Amino acid sequence: MTIENTSISKIDTKEDIIKIDENHNFQLPIICDVDTLRVLIKKEEVRVVDVRKTEEYKQEHIPSAVSLPLSQLLEKDTPYAIIDILQNLGVSDKMPVVIYDDTLGALAARVAWSFQYVGHENTALLEVTFTHWKNVGLETETKINSFPTKRHSLNINPRIHADASYVEVAKEQPNKILVDSRERLNFLTEHIPNAKNIPYTMLGSNGSILRRPEEIKRYVENRGIPLDAEVIAYCGSVGTLSGLTYFALKSAGMKNVRLYSKSFREWKSLGKPKEEFKDANYWDLSAD
Amino acid sequence: MQLNNNVKTAGNSNPIQKGISRPKPNPKWGREEEGEIFAQNVKRFRQKKLSEDDFRRFRLQHGAYSSRLQMNYSMVRIKVPSGEISPEQLEKIASLSEAFSIGSAHVSTRQNIQLHWVQLEDVSEVMTGLVEAGLTTREACGNTVRNVMCSHFAGVCPDEKFDSTPYAKAIARFFIRNPMCQNLPRKFKINFACCSNHGLARIADIGLIPEIKDETRGFKIYLGGGLGAASFIGHLLEDFTPENKILPTCMATIRLFDRHGNRENMARNRMRYLVHEMGWEKFQKLVIKERSIVEMTTASYTTKLFNVKAEEEMTPLPKAANTKLVKLPMLNERVTLESPAYERWLHSNVVPQKQDGYFTVFVTLAAGDIAANQLRILADAIREFSTEGTARNTPQQNLAIRYIKSDDLHDFYNRIASIGLANPGALTIASAVGCSGTTSCNLAITNSHRLAKEVEYKFLELGLDTDDDLRDSTIKISGCPNSCGQHEIATIGFFGGASRIGTTMAPTYTMLFGGSAGEQSELGKAIMRVPAKRVIDTIRKIIEIYKQERSDSETLNQWINKIVRGDGTGKIRNIENMKAMLTPVIQLLPEEQDPELYRDYGNGVKFSAKTAKGECAA
Repeated sequence: MTIENTSISKIDTKEDIIKIDENHNFQLPIICDVDTLRVLIKKEEVRVVDVRKTEEYKQEHIPSAVSLPLSQLLEKDTPYAIIDILQNLGVSDKMPVVIYDDTLGALAARVAWSFQYVGHENTALLEVTFTHWKNVGLETETKINSFPTKRHSLNINPRIHADASYVEVAKEQPNKILVDSRERLNFLTEHIPNAKNIPYTMLGSNGSILRRPEEIKRYVENRGIPLDAEVIAYCGSVGTLSGLTYFALKSAGMKNVRLYSKSFREWKSLGKPKEEFKDANYWDLSAD
Repeated sequence: MQLNNNVKTAGNSNPIQKGISRPKPNPKWGREEEGEIFAQNVKRFRQKKLSEDDFRRFRLQHGAYSSRLQMNYSMVRIKVPSGEISPEQLEKIASLSEAFSIGSAHVSTRQNIQLHWVQLEDVSEVMTGLVEAGLTTREACGNTVRNVMCSHFAGVCPDEKFDSTPYAKAIARFFIRNPMCQNLPRKFKINFACCSNHGLARIADIGLIPEIKDETRGFKIYLGGGLGAASFIGHLLEDFTPENKILPTCMATIRLFDRHGNRENMARNRMRYLVHEMGWEKFQKLVIKERSIVEMTTASYTTKLFNVKAEEEMTPLPKAANTKLVKLPMLNERVTLESPAYERWLHSNVVPQKQDGYFTVFVTLAAGDIAANQLRILADAIREFSTEGTARNTPQQNLAIRYIKSDDLHDFYNRIASIGLANPGALTIASAVGCSGTTSCNLAITNSHRLAKEVEYKFLELGLDTDDDLRDSTIKISGCPNSCGQHEIATIGFFGGASRIGTTMAPTYTMLFGGSAGEQSELGKAIMRVPAKRVIDTIRKIIEIYKQERSDSETLNQWINKIVRGDGTGKIRNIENMKAMLTPVIQLLPEEQDPELYRDYGNGVKFSAKTAKGECAA
């Protein structure tokens, strides 16, 4: 367990490694580890975004974090509204942004994907949840943070987004693969035709929101999905769990990943075709 | 309640501290490379470099069955030799079930733990994960020696001659991956009992019951038993088989089966058919003869691979808890539906061990299912409260946690109650057994799994677990005639089928009476067909009739056996009288009058009796 071994003093050695250029634009990896975030916080070179509920944020959060509950973003989920959010959080075009939650990283992933979609590429997920951060004894604060508004340009990245009509065509194309992030029993019940199932439960492990990239890569390759294929991830409702899949696949080295952010809920409401499996009573095996 | 007043601990002499038991040494049933080889073969199969038949044989040999009408998913069967499973193993199963299965695990009637609906591509991941915890799926399916069972009371049973657990594990270790049993005519089952009352020695290919003769350890060995479409009770090989002849006896039996077993007719290739067709006396002579050949020809190197000592507990378990006066909790008291939940649980889930002051506690699982989060909390509770520090899974699809001190029973109860694992009724009629049925099995016709759960919920709601007259009766349900639910050894057993009424099909069960386990095991007699949705009503009706008809202190089980023998007194004398009484309950009305009878449990859609080819005999 790498995270538990994080010693508080290790941050000093990390400080030398993290090079920040004169433009203050440290380029984040897909997943930001705990030490890197702590160095960036210390140097005031990062915007930390807490996407839990407002009340949870008010109780306690990671130092310097600002609050952006996922529900606020989803209320008006348009590129312009998201740019507004970025500006109000004091995020300029190249500023490193690290996002965390307390829900497997899925809520953070949905917000991070939205930021990347409107053009804020330098966005990463924190590798652990808030509970884990606290449990290993890392610093928190209760101060409500706000920062002066910054200007942020809009630069939509259409290559990471899919809507229903895109999915409808893609599902029949051999080089495009739909990945359903829901749990196995939901997937068996019904899914978009030809989708493959990588339940979100496969992605995290031992307190880390994502397993090691080589493990994710193995799961993908075992399923016969070429690493250079285009993948479209979806889940049950608003693209949270599939948002996590989006980052998992990116971390495994897949370049061409899209999120169907409106996911299966929209697909069903539009009356689009579904694959169903009714020949077994698998739900009766569940002990929940 | 009297419990606390009757249990006095000796406070003066060093009370044993409850604490976290140390992790058990890794039993190393698994092998790392097997996961990798499995992954490679899945790829070769997908690339059509491995034929479907070859791949199926390979897959089964490694413990993965194809899921119901879905070739791309597997049921992964984890072997638990002797049923002994550690907290670390339970935790590993919890994580694997969450990541790759459906978030819960299923305890089978042969002490395996099954993970259902695992994507074929992920089976290797499960296998690799299991190896870390010392577990394996190797030879859990296929034509090999399957999981070696052992009575969950072995080591704590007041009636046992000695603990058979290390023998069961040593036999399992000897035969797993052993070249002599990689391609038998059919699967092969070995069951160890603890005494003549417990265990399933008479319904296995080889069943062994501990015995001591002239101060020598040994076993009574039964051969050729087994349940299935046609079932047989095993035959006693000889009065006493000393322990130095256990391995040669098992080897001789397997060799004979390998040589003479039917490899053509898949429906009749279990060893019990060979014994039946050849005749027991002839088979018995052959075994004795073959055994002397084995004894003469087996290298001492081979013989040493059967190492009972190596399977014994490293740290000896305490003989008695540090307590003076211990009264059996609630066993002799009456409880009712109104009794406090803890007392009701004590009464039906806790039994004393031969070690004074220690108790075995049963965790009631509905048809054997347990969720990942429950497994984790339970694992912690086992570490903290069981001096033995492990659990045993039971053929009744429950978990037995042993070596709990009387003082700790309430704390243990509170702990498992917090996660919904403290249902009463584990040792009563309420704890119905149900195979996986149409939830995952290709052969199933009915949803026996859900029916068993429905029986349990209903009986607990009615408080039938508190009725001591029903306590020694059992309900066991299979979804087809193949007996995975062990319906033939139940007081009241059921196996699933379909009945045609005109052009429509209805899910029905054939009901059997009077089966039993143990050394005096008997097979149940088929009585009549019951619509799936009338099974619960039918059992309740039988109980009602029994209450009117029984004499004095006769239990339901005793009364049913009497009816089966035709020795009844009063209105119900025999099976025919019983059938007449039950006919109104089991009537299959036309669909328009009672459409519910044409739907199985757990499914809104119309019943269709869809099955695919089984893989048991691949």
